[in-house]
Amino acid sequence: MSDEIHELDTRRLLCPMPVIKTQNKVRTLQSGDCLRVISTDPGSLNDIPAWCRINGHEVLETGEQGYEVFVVLRVGEDNGALF
Amino acid sequence: MTEATQPIKRRAIALVSGGLDSMLAVKVMQEQGIEVEGVNFFTGFCVEGHTHAIRKKDKDKEKRNNALWVAEQLGIKMHIIDISEEYKDVVLNPKHGYGANLNPCLDCKIFMVNQATLMINKAREFAGDRGFDFIVTGEVIGQRPKSQRKETMPIISQESGADDRLLRPLCAQNLPATLPEREGWVNRDELYDFSGRNRKPQMALAKKFGLDDFAQPAGGCCFLTDESYSNKLADLWKARNERRYELDDIMLLKVGRHLRPQPHYKLIISREEGENRFLEGYRYMFTSITTVSCPGPLALVDGNFESEEELQQAAAIVARYSKGRVLDEVTLEIRQADGVARQVTVKPALPDEVPVSWNVG
Repeated sequence: MSDEIHELDTRRLLCPMPVIKTQNKVRTLQSGDCLRVISTDPGSLNDIPAWCRINGHEVLETGEQGYEVFVVLRVGEDNGALF
Repeated sequence: MTEATQPIKRRAIALVSGGLDSMLAVKVMQEQGIEVEGVNFFTGFCVEGHTHAIRKKDKDKEKRNNALWVAEQLGIKMHIIDISEEYKDVVLNPKHGYGANLNPCLDCKIFMVNQATLMINKAREFAGDRGFDFIVTGEVIGQRPKSQRKETMPIISQESGADDRLLRPLCAQNLPATLPEREGWVNRDELYDFSGRNRKPQMALAKKFGLDDFAQPAGGCCFLTDESYSNKLADLWKARNERRYELDDIMLLKVGRHLRPQPHYKLIISREEGENRFLEGYRYMFTSITTVSCPGPLALVDGNFESEEELQQAAAIVARYSKGRVLDEVTLEIRQADGVARQVTVKPALPDEVPVSWNVG
């Protein structure tokens, strides 16, 4: 766990790719790490928080900046790595 | 009961599309005390979300990924896996052929169950008791004409490698007992015997479980079952003289009006602001046409113009779909992928100058 906020750029990708990229990124992070995901698919504002709720990660912030949306999350106890 | 005598909690991976059947299949398993995690595969052809994300007119509808939504309703974890690259071989070379359109449903199901089988095998190897014991799908005999038939059920089990670790809770009573049933991990008497295209049994079961909000995609959740989409894909292969595609190709087939005035080029013309925005992201890959003297669509040119006349013709077609369609002249900008642009002024094409036969799809 560190204060650093990791970044993930999913711009131009459409649902469900921003979620898949988020999932795969989170698997490389540690519990407690923070990740900021940027997307141009407005559906990400529903899907990434839903994915977080399902998998036990905490959504710290969501927002819109022009055509872009962002979600900041904190990785939960289990980073979801399968193996 | 002490910890020592507590039976092992059996775990299953369920293929979750986001539709009702897979949702019910998971619920039936949960009712029997099975711990379920979901897996959802992204093929590139998923109807899910994309058109909603692109088209502005759909903006008012709630946008949600149904697989995630189902997972949340059921309280299960969900793994979404991008198989779009490996899936090309399924679409291009289906061993069992296509359905009514370019839908390789049987090969697709075998492929997906095989992916799930690889997952459970790997998980058993690495995670021991925290691995998965079997696979669950929402298949129902007779539900889909290409893949969900009595004779295809054993083919899917065998060719996927899942064999008797594949359980279909909604129609299990019509099929031979699988490993989870024989081992007593699940009670066969509490599974179901659904068959055919009648949805009433599913509706009744949904009601019994108190599920009243679920997605019911009309033609399944895959664009390949769509005739117009399949025609566009076939047209793409014909124009390129080879059967191949990249993810960007199949994304673009979901968007805009596709017109092919010449065998060697096609126009993809946006129909509204959302599509405009989506196509904007592809201008670095394609020549594009926009109107300058009046509001109008953005068009991508897939292919190349062989003459100045063809370029002028394309500009006139795009002008036809602009606000200036009734004017004598419209000025447009033709921009190459590398950013080099020039302007042309043309008379917008008349309706009979854009024959229906150019419509792809």
